[in-house]
Amino acid sequence: MEKTIAGKTIAVNEEGYLTDFKQWDKSIADVLAAEAEINLSPRHWEILGYLQNEYKNEVPLSIRKIGKSGVVDIKEFYQLFPKAPLKTATKIAGIPKPASCI
Amino acid sequence: MKHLVILGAGTAGTMMANHLNHHLKKPEWQISIVDEREEHHYQPGYLFLPFDIYTPEDIVKHIEEFVPKGVCLVKGQINKVLPKENKVKMADGNELNYDVLIVATGAKIAPEEIEGMKGGEWQKSVFDFYTFEGALALRNKLRDWEGGNLVVHITEMPIKCPVAPLEFAFLADSYFKHKHMRDKVEITYVTPLSGAFTKPKATEALEHLLHEKHINIESDFAIEHVDNETKEIVDYGGKAIPFDILVTVPTNKGDEVMARSGMGDDLNYVPTHKATLQSKEYANVFVLGDASNIPASKAGSVAHFEAEILTENILRFVKGEPLKEEFDGHANCFIETGNGKALLIDFNYTHEPVEGTFPFAGVGPLRLLKESRMNHLGKLAFRWIYWNVLLKGTHIPFVSATMSEAGKKYN
Repeated sequence: MEKTIAGKTIAVNEEGYLTDFKQWDKSIADVLAAEAEINLSPRHWEILGYLQNEYKNEVPLSIRKIGKSGVVDIKEFYQLFPKAPLKTATKIAGIPKPASCI
Repeated sequence: MKHLVILGAGTAGTMMANHLNHHLKKPEWQISIVDEREEHHYQPGYLFLPFDIYTPEDIVKHIEEFVPKGVCLVKGQINKVLPKENKVKMADGNELNYDVLIVATGAKIAPEEIEGMKGGEWQKSVFDFYTFEGALALRNKLRDWEGGNLVVHITEMPIKCPVAPLEFAFLADSYFKHKHMRDKVEITYVTPLSGAFTKPKATEALEHLLHEKHINIESDFAIEHVDNETKEIVDYGGKAIPFDILVTVPTNKGDEVMARSGMGDDLNYVPTHKATLQSKEYANVFVLGDASNIPASKAGSVAHFEAEILTENILRFVKGEPLKEEFDGHANCFIETGNGKALLIDFNYTHEPVEGTFPFAGVGPLRLLKESRMNHLGKLAFRWIYWNVLLKGTHIPFVSATMSEAGKKYN
């Protein structure tokens, strides 16, 4: 599937997650954040950067790991990305939705 | 004489002992299996205990009964594994040297991971059914409970048998109907996932059933604490769900022994190659069942399929041959849906559960992802199969270790 985000044609899956991280840039993040009713602050960007880095290092992401990462505690993670923070944050970061283990 | 040591005489370890006993024989090989427990529990039976469908006698037997003659059962607590020295240190100071080690130490609940879960209400109004004691305490509570809010809850993934909490909700619906008090009970299913299950097609079918049975669903709920005063579970977003009885599946973790041995990840699961079942760190260590971190279900059926493939790989390993990368994450689970019916799902790493027939394509007699009485009979028959066929490592006819795509409706 394709979607036009910030004037660019971007490949996404049915749930709206980018399927090619190379197409991601900050303007896309801003649009995806706005869709989730989030205004990205410097703190948000820090966490998005951390998530992207973990993704590049092929570290499976989970709420538990993020809570223990020292980057952000779970409470704050929820304040920054309300409701389902990991799902929302990974979408804005342009990385795949973490596979919830079976 | 070479020594193969199996840690854990649960479902996975016992099956491996039975498999390997046919192949690695004296005087070249000695097989030992280590466990501190006296009893072997049929864990799927814990689901039925709270509803008075099974009695404790149905699900508990002696551990020795299933360890084959010729395999040495070492009863005792493990202190730690020293994988660099090929040694297992026991709590009593004894040491076991090994040439090949199989880790089958399983997973267990860790309610202490969540604040307040193991608080004052533990086993009064907060229960688990993943332990024998928990399931029994819950049975006694349900027997004379007069109704209210029943909350069935999953703390975080992964858990053993991810369908069990759903089955619990379905069976509870059926149980209270039979007691003519369903109208007095509100059942709510609370999950950290976005839907009823981890796979899209099964989620659709299961959510339909929840709806049909008037079971509420609360998804994306990441619990922060249990409030023992107000009797609520509260999530990180501040959402609170009140309960009169909370049936929770606490965080599941691998055995502490793996943490003490420096062999586990943050949940004590052992990093394992998902197709060969060899440890990622130590070539002569293999891991099967719930103890590993592979992205397959933590379920007896998975351990059964793994055991067939691991047996072959261990025989290859001892002969110095390359391992087969064959395990595909095959899982096969009955899902009790109440009122004498059940669903069956069959899937692997890459193929989600879909509709179809099993094990014979186009014939059945079991139906995939559809409720049927036959599936329920299959689930009940499975207890006999477990004790008499599965643990003994006998191949189940017509059901292959890797998943078959025949008879399944993929789009």
